[in-house]
Amino acid sequence: MDFGLTDDQRDIQRTARDLLAERARPERVREHAEAGRSDEALWRELCELGWPGIAVAEEYGGQGLGRIELSILCEELGRTLAPVPYLASVLAATVIEQAGSGEQQARFLPGLASGELIGALGASRGGVAELVIGAPEAHVIVLIDEDLSARVLTPEQAEVTPAPSIDPTRSTAHLSASEDAGEMLAGDVSGGVDRALVAVSSELVGVCDRALEMTVAYVKERRQFGVPVGSYQAVSHRCAQMLLDTEKARSTAAFAGWTADADPGRLPEAAAMAKAAASDAGREVTASAIQAHGGIGFTWEADVHWLYKRAQLDAALLGGAKHQRARLAGILAEQASASPVG
Amino acid sequence: MDLTFRPRELAFRDELREWLAANPPDPRPVQGGEDAEFAWRRDWQRRLYDAGWAAPAWPTEYGGRGVTPTESAIYFEEVGRARVPFAANTLGLLLGGPTLMVWGTDEQKERYLPPILSAEEIWCQGFSEPDAGSDLASLKTRAVKDGQEWVVSGQKVWTSGAQFSKWCMLVARTDSDAAKHKGLTYFLMDMEQDGVQVRPLRQITGEAEFNELFIEGARIPDANVVGGVGNGWKVALTTLMNERAGLGFALQIRLRQLLDDLIASAGERGLIEDPLYADALADLHVRCESIRLLAWKGLTDAERYGQPGPEGSLVKWLWSDTNQRLTQLAADILGAEALTAGTSWSYELLRARGNTIEGGTTEVLKNIVAERVLGLPRLKVAA
Repeated sequence: MDFGLTDDQRDIQRTARDLLAERARPERVREHAEAGRSDEALWRELCELGWPGIAVAEEYGGQGLGRIELSILCEELGRTLAPVPYLASVLAATVIEQAGSGEQQARFLPGLASGELIGALGASRGGVAELVIGAPEAHVIVLIDEDLSARVLTPEQAEVTPAPSIDPTRSTAHLSASEDAGEMLAGDVSGGVDRALVAVSSELVGVCDRALEMTVAYVKERRQFGVPVGSYQAVSHRCAQMLLDTEKARSTAAFAGWTADADPGRLPEAAAMAKAAASDAGREVTASAIQAHGGIGFTWEADVHWLYKRAQLDAALLGGAKHQRARLAGILAEQASASPVG
Repeated sequence: MDLTFRPRELAFRDELREWLAANPPDPRPVQGGEDAEFAWRRDWQRRLYDAGWAAPAWPTEYGGRGVTPTESAIYFEEVGRARVPFAANTLGLLLGGPTLMVWGTDEQKERYLPPILSAEEIWCQGFSEPDAGSDLASLKTRAVKDGQEWVVSGQKVWTSGAQFSKWCMLVARTDSDAAKHKGLTYFLMDMEQDGVQVRPLRQITGEAEFNELFIEGARIPDANVVGGVGNGWKVALTTLMNERAGLGFALQIRLRQLLDDLIASAGERGLIEDPLYADALADLHVRCESIRLLAWKGLTDAERYGQPGPEGSLVKWLWSDTNQRLTQLAADILGAEALTAGTSWSYELLRARGNTIEGGTTEVLKNIVAERVLGLPRLKVAA
């Protein structure tokens, strides 16, 4: 048993972190967020590096690596809030790869893997999906209905109305499509959704990690009553709680990423656990980050709020913590005891 | 990342499972009180010992199997899963023995280790005092040299199993002029002497799992100093580090079993379909699985990188908090049954309150996480 990353995975993580530390600096993220546009130069660079296709099979032009490698990139992009349509695009690719026919995969995946096509994934009700991330830029839209029926559409087959969310680091739109628009994805939709949940959870882990890092640095510096505020237990214990929440999210997301490739039978349970833990952690940790920053945390320029906003959107994406726990309770009811690791 | 066991680990697990299945303990005695219960646990340890299962983590030269930390964790998971009793001499096996292996002289190891393993001599832990809980190093029990002996006076508290014990791992102050952590010495004290009085400490469950020790002029030969005079704090830390390592896995399994029992009960009452209970049960499941994953992560990291990190505090914190939530939810789901005197759920509900205090209070654990994991500054307090 080994929870560590392989040397190759560690290389991917290090390369991604170094690159984004340079290319997605907070001031650059803020600049794009304020302008309400994504960072096209960065997106092009990530596409040249093959990031969107990291988990797409080689026969479709991807790198053919696993869900853990995809999670690593999602986490790093979450840490920096890079304003690129990465998550949206890989979520769409994930569902097409799991649920699309061979022909559909061959038609969409090469473009999504290279970044030539941008994807978006929306959870719809009666053909309507709210705040679909990446949708204004998307060439390929996947809609999943409540009954887990899925279809893929071109933007022309749907009505796409840009609808800015509280998180302007990425674009969002209101979508509606008539019942017969697009084509069905007839394969393993739930397997696709579960893998998508793992990717979102990993992004949230990155958001939490960054929020905690910023907070710890701040409370060590900021002095009140003559001492660093981080020396007060009311503050330091809040930071400890942030770490605990982050580690819960990290460990369950890692487990879910691993099951996706190695033990798919446990994926539904693992994905629901990961998204439940990550959604709660994302909200709590970023809220605590604002609180621990005090007045400055409530200002626009402090940059903590971007993390809070991203966490709010991601927490809700494809079903929040309560939704995931309801699912999990269904699984538990069926299968009263969980099997051990291994 | 690979969350499967290696063939050797699976073989170890299967061998243990088979042995446990073929050699179940006698039923728990219903009469005879704690003496009967203790005799039952002692008998169980004898059986483990005879089959070579008392302490697989001990090196082979001391009668163990020399298994890896992963296999040792598997051992605790399996004995937890089999719902067998804790060995009578758990403190000797998990704390005393490993401490002697690090700090003891050859003579001490030869003299004390075999009867720990066989449960011939039971061990207890004399660390906490009425005025030294979280601030353990402020302890006041004093040992004064008298020829080839030390004469000890003071008071210890939260000493489980003291009434059955032959030896006490005792930390006492031997130099009151030295700095707080420096003037301490670690002794093995013979409990069978007039200078040591054991008084049961009744806890909120109504039972007396722990005791108070009143020590007045107890004598300890110089040969029973462990790790050198004035070195007691370091030796005690070895004991404390071993405290969480093994037991944590058994407790984690125990939590899992309680949750499975509660889910089954909720199912019988149709409450698992009730969204309020479903949410709470699923949340406990997420917590439970996080504990398991974090515990395994800490262990495999330690195997890979050496010593376990202070991240272990997260596991204990999350476990204790989760067990309290679980037993409280049981009171919601089971109603009167969980509040009726003498039921196992009422015992769990009350016993769980101790979880966030024993073995490091949650407040202290948060301090450890803040200071040693996050590197936050420590607030200066008056000495």
